[in-house]
Order: sequence, then C-alpha cells, then structure tokens
Amino acid sequence: MNWITNYVRPRINSLFSRREVPENLWRKCDECGSMLFHRELADNLNVCTNCGHHMPITPRERFKTLFDNGVYSEVKVPEPVADPLHFRDQKRYPDRMKAAQRATGEKEAMLIAEGEVGRTPVVSAAQDFSFMGGSMGMYVGNAIIAACERAVKLGRPLVLFSAAGGARMQEGILSLMQMPRTTVAVQMLREAGLPYIVVLTHPTTGGVTASYAMLGDVQIAEPNALICFAGPRVIEQTIREKLPEGFQRAEYLLDHGMLDRVTHRKDMRDELITILRMLMHQPPAVRGDLPPPEPLTPAEPEPRQAEAGDASETAGEKTDRGTG
Amino acid sequence: MNYLDFEKPLAEIEGKAEELRAMARQNSELDIAKEAEALDQKAAGMLRDLYKDLSPWRKCLVARHPDRPHCKDYIDALFSEYTPLAGDRNFADDHAVMGGLARLEDRPVMVIGQEKGHDTKSRIERNFGMARPEGYRKAIRLMEMAHRFGLPVITLVDTPGAYPGKGAEERGQSEAIARATQKCLEIGVPLVSVIIGEGGSGGAVALATANRVAMLEHSVYSVISPEGCASILWKDAEKMREAAEALRLTAQDLRKLGVIDRIIDEPLGGAQRGREETMAAVGAALEAMLGEIEGKAPDKLVSDRQRKFLEMGKKGLAA
Ligand SMILES: [Zn+2]
Repeated sequence: MNWITNYVRPRINSLFSRREVPENLWRKCDECGSMLFHRELADNLNVCTNCGHHMPITPRERFKTLFDNGVYSEVKVPEPVADPLHFRDQKRYPDRMKAAQRATGEKEAMLIAEGEVGRTPVVSAAQDFSFMGGSMGMYVGNAIIAACERAVKLGRPLVLFSAAGGARMQEGILSLMQMPRTTVAVQMLREAGLPYIVVLTHPTTGGVTASYAMLGDVQIAEPNALICFAGPRVIEQTIREKLPEGFQRAEYLLDHGMLDRVTHRKDMRDELITILRMLMHQPPAVRGDLPPPEPLTPAEPEPRQAEAGDASETAGEKTDRGTG
Repeated sequence: MNYLDFEKPLAEIEGKAEELRAMARQNSELDIAKEAEALDQKAAGMLRDLYKDLSPWRKCLVARHPDRPHCKDYIDALFSEYTPLAGDRNFADDHAVMGGLARLEDRPVMVIGQEKGHDTKSRIERNFGMARPEGYRKAIRLMEMAHRFGLPVITLVDTPGAYPGKGAEERGQSEAIARATQKCLEIGVPLVSVIIGEGGSGGAVALATANRVAMLEHSVYSVISPEGCASILWKDAEKMREAAEALRLTAQDLRKLGVIDRIIDEPLGGAQRGREETMAAVGAALEAMLGEIEGKAPDKLVSDRQRKFLEMGKKGLAA
C-alpha cells in the first residue's frame, strides 16, 4: 500500500474546495426539471429561469449579492467541542463532518458576516443547506450567539437567512438545547432594541423553525419555501389523509397569518434595505443612478454597476455610516 | 400490573406464585408457603437484575409505561387547592396541557404540565400528551400571569412531542413552541421543571427551559424519538435500540452533559411499581429546587436562567 494515496491525497482534496474544480455546465431544476445553464442560473440568483423555483444558495453566494459591492467580513464563531456525544450511526459523526466539509469547502452549516447593505451597516447570518442539511448543532448555536453579540456590540440589526432540516441528531440533546440557547441570543437583540429580520428559505423545518427562525420582528419568506415544524410526510402518516396543495409552503403560511411577507429573491435586497432603514430611523434610500459615494479608503474596489431596477446606490451621507 | 416485553420472564414467575396462592385459598390443606416464597424471592432477584442496568431503549419503554404516574396524578398528590385555568384566549383549550393555580405546601404556585391520559377515553381527550399550538399558548398565558403576580412556576414534562397535525401546523406550531421557550426565559419568577416520563423534543423544551431541571431516574429527554432517529440515520426503524444508545437520552447521561441538574430516584422496578413513593420523591425534589432559588431577585432569576443555557454543552461528555 502506498502511503501517498492514503495520507496525502485526502489532505490535498480538502485544500482545494469544490469551487476550484470545473463545474458542471448544466444544472437540473429540482421543481420543473428544466436543464439550466450554470452561468445563467447563477446570474439569476439560483432561481429557475423557467418556473421561478428558488433553489438553495450558499451563504457566500448570498452575501456576495446582499452586501454593497459584495464586500463583507466574516465574524468569527467560537469552536464547540467536536463530536460531544461520540455519536455513531452507520458512520461516525466525525466522518460525516469531514465528508460535508470536503463537499462544501465550508467548516460548518452557518456563516456570519458584517458589512453594509444599501449603506446600512448590518450583521447577517446565513445557514447552509448543502452542509448536512443546514442542521443545527452546537456550532450553529454558537454562530447565532456570536452574530447577536456582534450586532449588539456594533448597534446593528441582524438579518438571518434560515435553511435547515432541523436539529443535528448526531449532537442529540445538545442540538435540542440550541433552541433555548438561540432564543437567549435573540433576546439580546430585543433588549438592545435592535431589529431582527428573518428570511426563511427552502426548506426551514423542525427545531430551527421552533426557535430563532420564528422569532423575527419581521418574518419574510422566499416563494414556495417549505416552512414547518413537522414535515408533510410525518403529518400524512399521523392523520392518514392527503394534505392540501401548497400546504406548509410560504404562500400558505402567509395566508394563515404566520408570515409578514413572501418576497422574490431578486427583490429581497431592496426590501431589506427599505425595512431596515425605517427601523433604524435612517432617511429613505435614494434609488436610481447616483454618482458613486465617496470612497472611505482609496483602496476600496470600484462600485458595482447599477442594474435596471436595482437599488444598489443609496444616500451616501457620512452620517449613515457606523450607526450606533 | 402491565408488564413490559422485557419483563415477560418476571411476569411468568409472579404469575405462578399468584396461581399457587389462589389454589391454596381454595384448598386449605395445601401447603404452598415454602414454594410460593421461593418464587417470590426468585422474582425479586429478577426484578433487581432487570432494573440494575436498564439499557437506554428499555428506559424509553419504562418512561412510556402506562401505569407510571402522570401529570394529573402528581397535581392531585402533591398540590392543594388546584384550580385549573383553561384556554389560550385565541382558539381553544388544549387538554394535552393542563395547568392552573395551586399550593405546594402553603405557597401559591402556577403548575403546568402535559397529561397523557390513563385509559382510551382520557388518552384521546388528552391527545396522548401531544400538545397543539393552543396548549403552548395556554402555557405562555399562565407563565405570564405567574410573572405578574410573583408566583413560582412548576412544570411537569411528559410528552412524546408536539402534535404533528394539519391544524396544528396551520395555527403555527413552531411559532407557539418558540414563544413558549422565549416566555420561559423571560419570566422573573422561579421556574423549576421535572421530566416525569418522556421529554419529547421541542414539545418538551417549550416547558422545560427552567432554572432547575430534574429528571426521574428512568425518564428520557431527547431531540428525536429513537424510532424516528433510527428510520432517518439507519434507514430502519427497527434499529431503535442502537439509536437510543447513540442519542444519550437517559437522565444519567444528561446529568453528565450538564443539561439537567438532578436525578430523582425511582423505586425498584420503576415508578409504575411504587407510584406513591415516586410522587413523594418528586414533591421533595420540587421543594429542594425551589428552596435553592426562592428569594432571588427577578432580574437575577432571568439572567441566571439565560446564562445557564448559553453555557450549556461547552464540554460535551467530558463536562
Ligand atoms: Zn424550474
């Protein structure tokens, strides 16, 4: 046996994330089955150009389009104890983690960032469905706590994008304890009088929905996102009847009073800016083509080209910066 | 006596002893004393052995035993002047969650818990202890009231989980659970909780986010049922024994992980073999837990509770 294949290859693999290997040129829509050109899909924020289905989007892709000029910095998340229960099902939990890290190039299922959105400074948290179904364990709990602490420290609102199958079973009771832990974190924002906006994306279910993802001051969902506590299959098995069309989808929840809004991904940034600026007592965003704001530092990258209907350029008074 | 599957050998011996005694009652010339006593001894030894080292899966079975004392039994036995308060003021009164004003010793408290029912009729009425949003919203209302009047809150947790139904989802099951957990964390009065049987996932957390949490020796508290976990991770619901093992859902493991504060001993053979004794032990534990925190300032009670959960799980099993 050759030690190079055994020991060196996996390390090299983990050094090069999947983003660096040539990507498939086509991707199939999960909803309508259309074959979509990868580049076109990415330009459309991972929304199917045929049926409008909102496919999962990674936190990094999300942040790139959310923050002004795609500029943000990551907020550090304290590392939890790895594999706290020494959990083993058919695979060992550390092996499942390694596989997920290799497949995604990410450390865990949540990314925290700070930056400006339409010149409004915010902290944002995004859950990564591609990392073990976005499941909530100690790390996700730590991430949400870190995000809230950072938001309180800087006096900024928190915008959270949820996407998760629920709690991470491999962390057993400790994953369940993230429900009260993250609720304490949300409480910090409330006590500091800072807005907490939740954007629910497909799918958000289980213990995640029953804690921080349902406690926003404003609850927005992406179209057709599945949002529930118990999944449709469990319910059908329990009540032994067929569920109505669209059950537990974003529009259904909106009809039943569980959400404030359902908003298309392409309009999300604009809407967040509008809401955040009102809640933060800032003047309205100025829409349309404006001269680029004075750069803070000479090294700042060139401002992004404003697209039609895009509100990337907003009032740029210095007083808008560094609120709080 | 309802025997669990793993208690079958015990059931046979106890049955034989019972048969002998029945025969002796009909025929006074029969001398069975010695034989019956030998059987009794054998049964006692077997019971001790069976319960000496219950596997996590067997603990789940004991925790679900139909003869275990349930929430209503504890309220009847330990509290006086229990005055049930009903309804969420929005939609309905959920009978899976019971609660109201009562006195523990002399002190007025708010007691809230999930009730599973004890026979077919009451089980259906109580929905097997699976609450709907109304149940959690009733609990929120009662906690809020306790906060306003400075009454300690005692919760008794016993649920397979929140009810997975169509109406429950439409009326915001997840929001109701999230808000109940939030209310637990907000109230400026002592909040103590005992897991008396099954602590089923979010449906349990909604009532058990307390200053002090105790578990009965053979109760369980878990993020998912072993059956559910087995069918997802093993793709085979029959692997519930392995799942129960892996999930670390016993009181003993949870104490090690720092998730609960104390374990309340059960009589030999489980709470179902000594209901009065079990209920008295829970009463003593409630007194002890309240004694530890009564008299603290409201702000301190809230901040202690929040810090407790923020710091939970920092060390894993090494804690
Ligand atoms: Zn499509």
